[in-house]
Amino acid sequence: MLLEVSDLKVCYGDIHAVEGVSLSIGEGELISVIGANGAGKSSLLNCVMGIVPSRGGKVIFCGRDITSLPVHERAREGIRIVPERARVFPRLTVYENLLAGCFGMKDKISFPEKLSWIYGLFPVLEERKSQLGSTLSGGEQQMLAISRALISDPKLLLVDEVSMGLMPVLVDKVFEVMEMLNREHGLTILLVEQNALASLGISSRSYVLETGKIVLEGASGDLLKDPKVQEAYLGL
Amino acid sequence: MNDYSITILTFIAIQAIVACGLNVIVGYAGQISLGHAAFFGIGAYSSALLTTKAGLTFWAALPLVILITGSIGLVLGMPSLRLREDFLAVTTIGINFIVESVFLYVPFFGGALGLGGIPSITFLGTRLRGPNFLYLCLVLLGLVLLISRRFTKSWAGLACFALREEETAASSMGVSPIRFKLLAFVLGTAMAGMGGALYAHLMRFISATDFGFPLSITLMSMVVLGGIGTLWGPVLGALILGVLPEVFRPLIDYRMLLNAAILLLMIRFQPAGLLGEGSFLRGLFQRKGGTSNG
Ligand SMILES: Nc1ncnc2c1ncn2[C@@H]1O[C@H](COP(=O)(O)OP(=O)(O)O)[C@@H](O)[C@H]1O
Ligand SMILES: [Mg+2]
Repeated sequence: MLLEVSDLKVCYGDIHAVEGVSLSIGEGELISVIGANGAGKSSLLNCVMGIVPSRGGKVIFCGRDITSLPVHERAREGIRIVPERARVFPRLTVYENLLAGCFGMKDKISFPEKLSWIYGLFPVLEERKSQLGSTLSGGEQQMLAISRALISDPKLLLVDEVSMGLMPVLVDKVFEVMEMLNREHGLTILLVEQNALASLGISSRSYVLETGKIVLEGASGDLLKDPKVQEAYLGL
Repeated sequence: MNDYSITILTFIAIQAIVACGLNVIVGYAGQISLGHAAFFGIGAYSSALLTTKAGLTFWAALPLVILITGSIGLVLGMPSLRLREDFLAVTTIGINFIVESVFLYVPFFGGALGLGGIPSITFLGTRLRGPNFLYLCLVLLGLVLLISRRFTKSWAGLACFALREEETAASSMGVSPIRFKLLAFVLGTAMAGMGGALYAHLMRFISATDFGFPLSITLMSMVVLGGIGTLWGPVLGALILGVLPEVFRPLIDYRMLLNAAILLLMIRFQPAGLLGEGSFLRGLFQRKGGTSNG
């Protein structure tokens, strides 16, 4: 397994956001965690990245216990996150945002090659390369956030509600890209989403998170047919 | 130019050097520092002691002064930069008062009498005075600007900008927050140390009150007025705040009030400063094909 999370807990003061979540991802898998607003999806993902501390449990990445590593060292191990609401660097240009994405990796990757690959993936970023991050539209910021994470050639990509606030056509486009990255480039992706239909559609396995606990897990195809999932998350 | 104007310009050049250092910390790395005058003072006292008590020349002392000030910056920055922004502001003010008190009450630093008899700078056998001293300051200011520019174009500079903009996002890309904040802090304090050395040998007599909290506020006003995070902003700020009281003499007694008022007004109405994003002056410069910034 590339990533193994066991009995992970996250608290903010008295609020228990994640209460003993266990999940695992093998290399080359695309897994999704679906859940309503406030279910603890971001807390879970941020805890895997090290952005919020865990109050118990373990995170094992590539066979190594990284539970107590700070964020920047987890990043160096090859984990990248596309954070909720993109979080691009507002006063850096698109190009500088991308450059920052491969900080400390200049010997490991060929930046110009990666850059042209990214520009091929999202041509709009090339058009906007010398614009400041803050001047991009919401959709463009999401594309930049994805690209900024991809450019370092991560072993594991964590994606936090990339569809939030995007126009439906863009949601489709972004999910297509995720699927393509996984199928054609073998990228391992952990997706958390409120948009259950789209994420169940592209992932092989999924977990359903409710108030900090995994209540259901299985092949995404089976979950799509599960009456409870259909009622609660697919609005059928 | 008469002697008086040359002296004023020399002060401005020295303050510009120190303000450039503050700009690295506040502008490039986004870390508030309200005690920058302390490091200016540490530079001045180090140079004064090295040249009087240890008998070094200014030139031999200068690299040591920069090293000493930067090292003290490192030691004081290490715990402080882990703090939240509001605590950092208070801590840096505290550092300023503590350093000032050490100079004032520890006999080794001359106590309330200060340190005198600081030798003037000689270059190729002649004493540097008047315009020649100004040229030295301008050369070193040029050096500081060059280093600042190099820094903004480097990976370390990019790391600092990224931290300034979105610390969490930056660290999720492998940027160590403490390491790069500290790097900027050390670089900025080292620049202040260089300015302090020049100041000591210009005045040839220094005392603790030269490096108090009001000066820190003045330095911050210079950076904010000129344009926080821009290359030339601190120089423009130092020039304006240095020249204004000379042109409007009645203002001289209200210097501190003026500096503080400018700081508050700029933060309220033009937070990016005169050379910052979207300002009138910047537009003018850019049309002439000039300026760059971080
Ligand atoms: N920084 C925080 N401080 C306090 N409570 C938080 C914080 N972040 C999230 N929470 C709470 O934790 C719970 C889970 O939030 P979150 O992980 O953001 O859920 P999701 O991403 O699924 O919407 C919610 O009840 C939320 O209010
Ligand atoms: Mg969320």
